[in-house]
Amino acid sequence: MTEQTALADSRAGHGEKPDGAVVRDALGVGVAVGLSGFAFGVTSAGSGLTPVQTCVLSLLVFTGASQFALVGALAAGGNPLTAAAGAFFLGVRNAFYGLRLSQLLALPRAVRPFAAHWVIDETTAVALAQPTRRSARLGFTVTGLSLYLLWNLTTLLGALGAEAIGDTGAWGLDAAGPAVFLALLAPMLRSTTERAVAGLAVLLGLGLLSVLPAGVPVLVAALAAPAVLYVTGRRRGGARDLAEPGPVEKEDR
Amino acid sequence: MNTWIAIGATALGCYAAKLAGLLVPAGALERPLVRRLAALLPVALLAALTAQQTFADGHTLVLDARAAGLAAAAVALVLRAPFLLVVAAAVVVTAGVRAMGG
Repeated sequence: MTEQTALADSRAGHGEKPDGAVVRDALGVGVAVGLSGFAFGVTSAGSGLTPVQTCVLSLLVFTGASQFALVGALAAGGNPLTAAAGAFFLGVRNAFYGLRLSQLLALPRAVRPFAAHWVIDETTAVALAQPTRRSARLGFTVTGLSLYLLWNLTTLLGALGAEAIGDTGAWGLDAAGPAVFLALLAPMLRSTTERAVAGLAVLLGLGLLSVLPAGVPVLVAALAAPAVLYVTGRRRGGARDLAEPGPVEKEDR
Repeated sequence: MNTWIAIGATALGCYAAKLAGLLVPAGALERPLVRRLAALLPVALLAALTAQQTFADGHTLVLDARAAGLAAAAVALVLRAPFLLVVAAAVVVTAGVRAMGG
């Protein structure tokens, strides 16, 4: 409880932020990202999923990177559980967003199972940027609601549109998936550690492509994270460095 | 059927991850090493996925129009273009290169 109030107090110092401004910020993010559900709908249809399957993914999974990863892995002919594992590991970051948000929003227990569905990159980024608990709650809710509605609507339009278009490849729509991943990845490459992890992961992901079943190379590439962490930890003298969370620790993107 | 199994497993797993963050007591996942690993895991996965979906065709590596599209997306990112524009750049350039027979 002390942590919660301390967090709120440190932010309250910046003064109140008008509700209108919070709603504007939240809608800006919600609408811009919500529209990219169209790219997901098209990509998913191009990967061979039916419009119903595509819409169920957006309704029930509702975390974009995992959705793109899943349909990509299925299109490559991966085993369903291997494909789901890759999508799940990408979704694990949302657990850490939830930790930050549960202190910041201080939601009643009964509300948490519902709020949980909206705990994603964008809602976390907007909520953490607010000066007070009240505006954080407002920002979280407006971003979550606008993004959820639009993401699902544009997913449906994309899935139906892809059927009408026919060959999505001719329209270059198969490039939407990797472009989305790159756009999510770019702001994360802040220091040498992140770049080393990304570089090693690319080598593993591409190098193992021809020797392992579809979907598995991505899971092996995830080991680049602990591997680089281990090496940098050793090089800098271990525990001391790891005990001090630097700016790198900010999980909001 | 396989697709539905994958969808069900992903939906359950991703929801469980989201809910866990809101329900577990603060501090349980706050160990610095765990947090660093959690921050780096998406970096590794996204990098591998970007590379594979750009350069893979089944089990072989290829250099085709998608590479040009991804390069366009990278340029858009460097120019700080908004998210939708980055994706649009990749799509348009990929389609353009293919239309020219690339």
